[in-house]
Amino acid sequence: MINKEMYLLEEVKNPLLKAMRDGYGEGLAEAGKRNPGVVVLCADLMESTRTDLFKKEFPERFFEMGISEQNMMGVAAGMAACGKIPFVNSFACFNPGRNWEQLRLSVCLSGTNVKVIGGHAGFGNGTDGGNQQMFEDIALARVLPHLTVVVPADYDQAKKMALAIADFSGPVYMRMTKPKRAALTTGGTPLTIGKAQVLRSGKEVTVFACGAMVYEALAAAEELAPEIEVEVINVHTIKPLDKETIIASAAKTKKAVTAEEHSIIGGLGGAIAELLAEELPTKMKRVGMRDKFGESGEPDELLAKYGMTKEAIIGKIRELL
Amino acid sequence: MLPVSMDDLAEKANLLRSEVVKMLVNAGTGHSAGPLGSADFWTMLYFGGLVNYKADEPWWEERDRVVLSAGHYCPILYAVLAEAGFFPKSDLATLRQLGSKLQGHPVARVLPGIETSSGPLGQGISQAVGMALTAKMDNKKWRVVCFMGDGEQDEGQVWEAYLCAAKYALSNLTVVIDRNNIQIDGHTENVMPLDSLAAKLTAFNFNVLEIDGHNLGEIRDAYERAKVTFEKPTAIILSTIPGKGVDFMENEPGWHGKAPKLAEAVEALAELRIIRTLGGKIVND
Repeated sequence: MINKEMYLLEEVKNPLLKAMRDGYGEGLAEAGKRNPGVVVLCADLMESTRTDLFKKEFPERFFEMGISEQNMMGVAAGMAACGKIPFVNSFACFNPGRNWEQLRLSVCLSGTNVKVIGGHAGFGNGTDGGNQQMFEDIALARVLPHLTVVVPADYDQAKKMALAIADFSGPVYMRMTKPKRAALTTGGTPLTIGKAQVLRSGKEVTVFACGAMVYEALAAAEELAPEIEVEVINVHTIKPLDKETIIASAAKTKKAVTAEEHSIIGGLGGAIAELLAEELPTKMKRVGMRDKFGESGEPDELLAKYGMTKEAIIGKIRELL
Repeated sequence: MLPVSMDDLAEKANLLRSEVVKMLVNAGTGHSAGPLGSADFWTMLYFGGLVNYKADEPWWEERDRVVLSAGHYCPILYAVLAEAGFFPKSDLATLRQLGSKLQGHPVARVLPGIETSSGPLGQGISQAVGMALTAKMDNKKWRVVCFMGDGEQDEGQVWEAYLCAAKYALSNLTVVIDRNNIQIDGHTENVMPLDSLAAKLTAFNFNVLEIDGHNLGEIRDAYERAKVTFEKPTAIILSTIPGKGVDFMENEPGWHGKAPKLAEAVEALAELRIIRTLGGKIVND
């Protein structure tokens, strides 16, 4: 049953398609309006990262760093050390892929208030090929002490998340994908960093999802109802995990499926497996990239080929039941 | 700040060298050559009136930001900060010990006066660029000094940061490079040739000053010139002798990353004491 308190869009079968990065770009420009301390750094991907919106409004607070992601991270840390709130933008494969060590030392160890934005994650870069399809970024980010890791589920959540992390004190990694994907949240949907969202309640199995896979999980639940009552939880904050909500749901359904457009190693699936193994051992299946690199293709073709779809989630649910 | 004579500063530099030797022998591990070789620079920077700071208010908004990019030089910076009154000198004996604020490589703000975390090379310069950009953006008068090793120049991030410093014409940034020609695996020109470092930096649109890193007057003059250079950042290349002041350590790459044993420390301290009684002659020999 859909959780009415989440104010989701009701259309599941033919959803409106919108890009998370558009939401992020709008949210970032709004954050810039609300807080003069917000500054934006970009590594030659202004339009792709939608930071051009911020630049148009606040050119004096926008810094084009060129194709130098390592320096960009350090410059941001230096600015944060002087009180600014820098947003560091590029594709996830470079940010935090290329500049992970700068993130580790200059940002996390120092506790500088830097917001790292990884775009085009997962199959976002579809036809560009496996070289920059990033399935390892959540794992890279999650292992770093002091770092909060968030993955908005859609356009509107990305917009809200940009504002939320600007207000949040401490380093944050936020990941997004590129293509237009289903919109499911609305202006009325609440968002609190660290608080997972029960979007649909059920009692036979829980699907813990993040990013665009949240919609796939909702669609899977819709398709299986009323035969199987599936609970769907949007784990938009991978770190710190909302242990309470996750354990309560696992205790109720006793079966868990995780779904993410990321490696099954070290990401959401890894995080939930670690938590449940220690606190409440639960039968579990993971949907995600199975220790592989991607290849060229359209994102939808690739998601189908590598098993990150509604059908893949339904398959795992049936395996568990 | 009270005016101090060059002789007093030279003596202080050698006193700080002794502190470094004591800290290192106590810790049992750490880097000897760089901290000893750069003692004259650090002494001039903090006690020769080159940078603005308030030891009793370490995070004073208007302070100049001193960024140690080459974190392994920290024993000399710790000794200088303690001498300046940022924290008690008795803390120096805790270097590298469990629970100490004097970490083996600096951690930002854990210790008063330490602006950034360092150790992994090449990261301080980007942070210094970020600070200098912030000062420019906010029309602040404070300046940024970034201290680096010469081996550190091998890191690609350093050259990314230089491109950026030049792009934004960061005249409020002074990069200081300790050109002592050694790194862990040997002489820099064998490990990864850097010469001509000055020509490279000039090509990167820096104002480049090459000086004797043991000559206090040259250090002061170079820094004053950096302050009145507009439209570009300045790089001061300090020509130094690694291990300066302790004969058996001088110019020996083996002392880059090693601490003296007790007998060696006794010998080193005796040597530094003789130099001090000669009125800091080491600086002008």
